[in-house]
This record gives sequence, structure tokens and C-alpha cells, in this order.
Amino acid sequence: MSLDDLYRETILDHYSHPRNKGVLEGADITGEGANPLCGDEITISLMVRDGVVRDVRFEGKGCSISQASASMMTEQIKGRPIEEARALIAAFKAMMRGEPSNGDLGDLEALQGVRKFPVRVKCATLGWVTLEGALEELASR
Amino acid sequence: MGDEAGKRGGEAMGIPPTIREDFPILRQRVNGRPLVYLDSAATSQKPRQVIDALVRYYEEYNANVHRGVYSIAERATAEYEAARAKVARFIGAAGPEELLFTRNVTEALNLVAYAWGRPRVKAGDEILVTEMEHHSNLVPWQMLAEERGARLRHIPFDAQGRLVLDDLDHLLTARTRIVALTHVSNTFGTVNPVADIARAAHAVGAVVVVDGAQSAPHRPVNVRALDVDFFGFTGHKMLAPMGIGGLWGRRELLEAMGPFLGGGEMISDVWMDHATWNELPWKYEAGTPNVGDAIAFGVAVDYLERLGMDAVASHEREITEYAMERLGEVPGLRIFGPGPDERGGVVAFAIDGIHPHDIAQVLDTEGVCVRAGHHCAKPLHRKLGMGASARASFYVYTVKEEIDVLTRALLKTRELFRVAG
Repeated sequence: MSLDDLYRETILDHYSHPRNKGVLEGADITGEGANPLCGDEITISLMVRDGVVRDVRFEGKGCSISQASASMMTEQIKGRPIEEARALIAAFKAMMRGEPSNGDLGDLEALQGVRKFPVRVKCATLGWVTLEGALEELASR
Repeated sequence: MGDEAGKRGGEAMGIPPTIREDFPILRQRVNGRPLVYLDSAATSQKPRQVIDALVRYYEEYNANVHRGVYSIAERATAEYEAARAKVARFIGAAGPEELLFTRNVTEALNLVAYAWGRPRVKAGDEILVTEMEHHSNLVPWQMLAEERGARLRHIPFDAQGRLVLDDLDHLLTARTRIVALTHVSNTFGTVNPVADIARAAHAVGAVVVVDGAQSAPHRPVNVRALDVDFFGFTGHKMLAPMGIGGLWGRRELLEAMGPFLGGGEMISDVWMDHATWNELPWKYEAGTPNVGDAIAFGVAVDYLERLGMDAVASHEREITEYAMERLGEVPGLRIFGPGPDERGGVVAFAIDGIHPHDIAQVLDTEGVCVRAGHHCAKPLHRKLGMGASARASFYVYTVKEEIDVLTRALLKTRELFRVAG
């Protein structure tokens, strides 16, 4: 197992310079997620207009994988229709399970190496599961 | 002067690094590097002598105890009870009947909460714990307090991870029924003044329950000198297999208490509508016990006694002192807890800008095993404002060269994460 597979340049960059970090004032929905085993926490706030994610922020404490994954996620979903965000969640989760995913994951493919470190997969998916829950809650309103 | 005495003592009683040959697991390489096992607070490695005792039991005299009249059953029973006597003597029990075999410390503490606590703790009573407890010495008391309508209070810790005892007189009241505390913190390594707290607790009529998970393996323990009422500890942290632990209780308390689990072995006689209880210690050992692991626990105690618990403690103090000194060379690294004179062989730390999980992950590629997380002490970490810490912990087989490997690996981790400083 090589560390380079896990700590790719993109991941370390997002960890030390997280994008869209903070709390969104006047958010339409806020989701909270935690990994009780390791204590990682993520809060995601979204502004949604006409079915499109207009703005998104994340706030949290955790390891490089969980925080970088959430940071990359916010970049990818900002400005995209909710349906596309959902498809991206499905594609990302499929990638982390090692299943073939349809859809271009772009920079997110840097997280593929996490699969070789099974205990860290939950770190990578924390932000995504939290986003999924927030979108479900929004839809149920 | 103290230093000189320490050195003389160390030379006289030192633990030779050759004991590492007794531990087969330490010979292997992990990720291409020699295994550097620094997680003994989670579980210790096992010497060949303990592993052989298990094999001998299963190959030569595996049989149920206290039942068979045939030879191998008699041998199993004799060895099982001999192991109890050894373990009881090891912690200073008045006799083997005061030592109950349990699965682990968690079961030992739950046994006290259930069998002593449930019938005696009433609404409005108080249970006093500390802010540095492992969940196993906190959650059972929360459950008991909830069920009985009692109030759970706690002794706080200070910035150095020491218990703040200034307000102990106010925390202990006529309503305090139980004081439950850890002997040695599994995160700070703090050695708590158990005897002093026990004296104060007894003055208000409370019973004192001690979590000895991190003390019994590492320093001489005498439960009667500590003058406590219950003391739980576990085999797997002291060279024995997982799945066997002990609860020591004061004889008169164990006799007055009801049983824990009901079933075979714990009875004296049974009718269709009622039963009477067996004598100590079997009253608390329902069902077929973990015979093989109990026997191996006895062998682990033999091994520790051969080394001498004073020697074990001074070896760990030396390693801990060295570790705190070397880790201090890593820029941005903060160590939690008190100085090496006041702690056991546990060093929890954090490095600014690198999450503990990432630290542990990088160390693993260097063959170094450390724990990352909250170490089952979430309230403690919450008070420190952290979700997790990294923890290195030591035992009889730990050598200074391993601390050097740890230090180099931590410097490498900083390079990888390009932490400024």
C-alpha cells in the first residue's frame, strides 16, 4: 500500500485550502453528519432556487479525507440542478464501492485510492451521505 | 538525587530487551518495516508462554469445570482455580473467593452497577464519577442513575489532565452512594490518587469502584492498600488473551449482594419455583466459564511476577520519559496530560494541522501502530475541544529504538502534509 494512493496532491490541496468552507446565511436546508467511530463531523448548508443548487457551504472537523472530499463535493455541485447532484452522489458512492460508475467524476477520481484503505471509505463518503440526507429532507417538504 | 536512585533502581531491576524474543508477533514486518507496536493501552501482545498455555489446555485437558469426576476434568478445575488464586494474589485480594472472573472490565463494572447498585441506589441518591472516564466506567452509571432516578455528578480535570479535588468535599455528600473512578487515565495517563479519594468517599458512606484497566498491567496494585471496594481489570491488556477479566470485591459486599446473571454454576440448589445461590466466587459466575483463557491469565500473571511489577513500572517510566522528550522535538506537537513522573505509559498527542487519523495512517506505512480517535473517552475529548487524538502506549517489550522510529515517522508525516512551523 502506497501513501501516494491515499494522499493525492488534490486531496492535500483541498484539505489545506478548503473551498466553500463556512455556514451559508439564509440557507434553505442544513444537513449534519457524523462518524461516531472517529468523531468526524460535517455540516452542509444549501441554497436551492428553481431546482438548482445556487450556493453551498460546508463546516466540519475531521481528517484530510473527510474534509477534502466535502470540499471537492461543494465545488462539483454548486450551480448544478438537484437531479445532477443526486446522480453525482450515486456515482461517487458507486466509485467508493468499487463499482463502475457512469458519469464524469473529474477531480473526485483522486479519491479512488481511498478504496484500498477500507476504514477510510466512511471518511470519504461522510459529506456525500450528509448531502444526500439534506436533499431528501428538502424533497419531503 | 532522585535521578540517581532511579538509575540505580533501573539497573537493579531493569527489563532486558531480550524479553522481546518471547513475543512471536514482534518478529514480523508490516508494510515492509519491522512492527513497532505502540498500542498496548488498547491491548497487549502475548508471550509464547501464554500462547503455549492455551494450546496445552486445548490439546491436553479441555473439559468443563466443577462437574466431571474424570481426570482431565479434575485437572481443568484445579488449573482454573489455581489461576484464580494467582490473579487474586497479584492484586492483593484477601483470598481467591474475592476474585470473580469476567469477560473484561466492562462486564466487571456492569456487574457492580447491576448487582450492588440496582437494589441500593434510590431516587435522589448521587453517583460520583470523573470527567476522564472510559465509557465503560461512565455509561453503566448513567444507566443506573437513569433507572433509579439518581443524580450523576463528576470530578473535573484541569489543564494538565489531573483531577481537581478542591471541591471534593462538596461533591461528596450524605447522598453519595457510589464513587467510580479510573486508577490510570487511558488518555492522559494520569495516575489518580485513588487511596485519598477512597478515604473521603468512605467518610460519607459511599462505596468506591475502581477501573484498573490501565493500572493493574503496569504497576504494583494492592486493592487492600488502596482501601477501595471494587476493582475491575482485564487480562488482554496484561499479556493474557482477550475475553478474560477480573472483578475484585470486598468479601462482605460480595456476600451481601445478590447474583448477576442467573443459570448453571451460580446456584446451590434449584426447585421449579426458586433457587438458592452458590458460595463465593461462583455465585457470580453463571454458565460455563472461559476456562482456557483464565488459565492463560494465570500464566500471564506468572510472567509479570517474574519480571517484577516494580521493574515493569520503572521500565515504563523510563520509556515514557524518553518518548515525551523525543516527541517534544516534533514541531507543532502537543502532548496531553501531566509530566512523566505522574503518569503511566500512555502519551496522547496532537499535531497542529494534521488530523490524528492521518497521523496514524502515515505511521502505519512505517510499521508503527498507534491509536487514533477518542479512545472511548468522548467527554474528555469534547472538553479539550477535539474530536480525536493520537496515542502511543508502551509495555514491557517496548524499547527506546521504537520511540526513535515513531519520532522519525512523525517528522515524515509533517513533511507529507507540509505543515508550516
